[in-house]
Amino acid sequence: MPIPTRHFDALILGAGGAGLNAALRLAGADVRVAVVSKVFPTRSHTVAAQGGVNAALSNVLPDNWHWHMFDTVKGSDYLGDQDVIEYMCREAIPTVYELEHAGVPFSRLDNGRIYQRPFGGQSQNFGGEQAARTCAAADRTGHAILHTLYQQNLRARSHFFDEYFAVDLLRDDEGYVLGALVLEIETGEPLIIAAKTTLIATGGHGQVFRTTTNAFINTGDGMAMALRVGVPLMDMEFYQFHPTGVAGKGMLITEGARGEGGFLVNGEGERFMERYAPHALDLAGRDVVSRAIATEVREGRGCGDAGDHVLLKLDHLGRDVVARRLPGISDICRTFLGIDPAVEPIPILPTAHYAMGGIPTDRFARVVVPARHGPEEVVPGLYAAGECACVSVHGANRLGGNSLLDILVFGRAAGQDILRYLQDNPNHRTMTDAAVAPAMARLERWERSGEGESVHAIKAELRKLMEDHCGVFRTEAVMAEGVERLKALRGRVDSVRLADHSRTFNTARIEALELDNLVDVGMATLLAAHYRQESRGAHSRIDYPERNDQAWLRHSLYFRDGDRMDSKPVRTKPLTVDSFPPKERVY
Amino acid sequence: MKLRVYRFNPDTDQRPRLQDFEVTAIPGMMLREALIEIKKQDEGFTFRHSCGEGVCGSDGVNVNGRNKLACITPLAELKEPVVVRPLPGRPVIRDLVVDLSQFYEQYRQVKPYLVREDPLPEAEVRQSPAERDRLDGLYECILCACCSTACPSFWWNPDKFHGPAALLQAWRFLADSRDQATEARLDALEGPYKLFRCHTIMNCVEVCPKGLNPTRAIGKIKDLMLEKGV
Repeated sequence: MPIPTRHFDALILGAGGAGLNAALRLAGADVRVAVVSKVFPTRSHTVAAQGGVNAALSNVLPDNWHWHMFDTVKGSDYLGDQDVIEYMCREAIPTVYELEHAGVPFSRLDNGRIYQRPFGGQSQNFGGEQAARTCAAADRTGHAILHTLYQQNLRARSHFFDEYFAVDLLRDDEGYVLGALVLEIETGEPLIIAAKTTLIATGGHGQVFRTTTNAFINTGDGMAMALRVGVPLMDMEFYQFHPTGVAGKGMLITEGARGEGGFLVNGEGERFMERYAPHALDLAGRDVVSRAIATEVREGRGCGDAGDHVLLKLDHLGRDVVARRLPGISDICRTFLGIDPAVEPIPILPTAHYAMGGIPTDRFARVVVPARHGPEEVVPGLYAAGECACVSVHGANRLGGNSLLDILVFGRAAGQDILRYLQDNPNHRTMTDAAVAPAMARLERWERSGEGESVHAIKAELRKLMEDHCGVFRTEAVMAEGVERLKALRGRVDSVRLADHSRTFNTARIEALELDNLVDVGMATLLAAHYRQESRGAHSRIDYPERNDQAWLRHSLYFRDGDRMDSKPVRTKPLTVDSFPPKERVY
Repeated sequence: MKLRVYRFNPDTDQRPRLQDFEVTAIPGMMLREALIEIKKQDEGFTFRHSCGEGVCGSDGVNVNGRNKLACITPLAELKEPVVVRPLPGRPVIRDLVVDLSQFYEQYRQVKPYLVREDPLPEAEVRQSPAERDRLDGLYECILCACCSTACPSFWWNPDKFHGPAALLQAWRFLADSRDQATEARLDALEGPYKLFRCHTIMNCVEVCPKGLNPTRAIGKIKDLMLEKGV
């Protein structure tokens, strides 16, 4: 029986902030847009972002976009591309106002302006005093933004495919992406969505790590889909460990807790960040704070009976600040720890949080790959935005408050460029059986029955492996062993079998398809980490402790075909201002 | 710990049944983790879940007769056997997964988005902290459907009565100093059903996992209607 096909101008995979902001541009311009999401849109992981979104509004302290740009370049350990960073920091200001106009319930200052709080790595005047750049809706900013964007999409009548799982992209012989094969979860029926343009906005892949702030759905689906149509992933070794996850459990405690005045102490009661970042203290870059915590614990200065965590103190802030500015994390502490953070300190540990790397894109969110004419040739009709993309604004380390900004700015940029593309390419290209066959094969592979290993067993092993071999501190020996073990694990996926082949809402099948994605993206992460022989940003190698700009001021690229690694230059030239040359990074 | 869960797979089952599972409870364990353990024992067992910390709203279920979010419900607080059923009053798709399309349709009906008629300023529309405070207790809704599926009025008239979740959002926009569609919003809520089927039974308040109060919001809408009607 032929697979049913629906036709749209634009297909968006993922309904988080990036996908929804792109959809809003398109639906508002009368483009036929389909948004496919494996969960109801407001369940997307943008909902869990807490602290806020950066923009140099100067509502609390003096600020301008150029200082924001400097902080972002420095925060990236100079690996971020300066043209896109300039673009993002300029665009931040109108983007936040646009969100406010759309209805986001930002917290407010007495003069009625948007409340802004200090976050890590922010400075005034190119490295001077602390700035306050993070626009917040209490500590539920992601929730406020995601719901608002969904609401405005309802108003714009975007077409949603809720609870449809994207299996794979469809690509023709000439390299054009023709849409995607998706699976309606409720019925188990496949559907082809033919589209003139496709935006991948599927978010991150924190589920490759055992302890993570990420949701169950963050399985790197879009990144793996890109890999399978021959697109490389860029800078995958740079995975951010958030300094303050709840120890042993992984729930996120926003950097805003430190922005509001909270600080870290070790088992000796010492405010240890004074030793690691004398100036910025607890608001140094996330990589710096995470390494400091990991070092304290490794060197025996942890807290608790096992000495396996440190404490985040908020009890000096007063009940009012905690209740008013940090109500969400107060809930988390009460629910998961049985403590009130206004009274007791929170046990925390660095926790896998965010992918700086992803699908390589340019300023217009177009996917770019090395090809005949250079390292950055556009894949026609294919876009990526948000955590799954690597544009690259975060380089080797992302600043807090820049991820919501990234998804909004580049989600919108994608929407705008898709409009341009559709003007030049008004017709659907021909869908061929050959383009659909690989995607169908991937889907049908899980129909095999018989004895085999289980999805959850392989997944648990993968997550432990990544934690053990690709954590905060890395060495050649540990990673090489990890690569061998992961290759063996990948070989075993073929022998995994589903016991349940029923059609209706078969989440076991979805988890199996996600496992394929996790393995591919885990491999990209581990091989990229093994490849880069220097320490930069979130990538800390004990055997190569220094940053090496001579050899490694380059973006890494992982290709699935042959597990091949390559690299390309960093774009150090901004759009209009002078570039910030690499300097030693101190906070 | 013994859990008794609702099972129904339309592909294979004539009628639903309850099935017992034994899960080793560890200190601090939430119900969601117990459900994940059950899925390891029987991969056909089906439920929605994602963030694991009570913000995505995926895992609303009925536990020992009460609607809750599985991910923030400690096992230790539950009486054995823990009976886990799908949210009541909605068609069951499979096991604990219910069809929420009517619930979402009611949400859409209240036009849950800010409407602004004036030209937009270059910067933000100003809002005082006091005006912003009126949105607290409203905007935090996660659309988990625990409230509406605990509401007898919603059970009886799911196609006509908007239900507590949608009405909470109706008030969220009426209460927003920036919104300029008050008249249209109130007009759209007139009639005996959409709003006025609320009989202040207050099940919604009792079950809301975020501690929100839809009944109070509904009361405020009624007050505003009276005020505007005078």
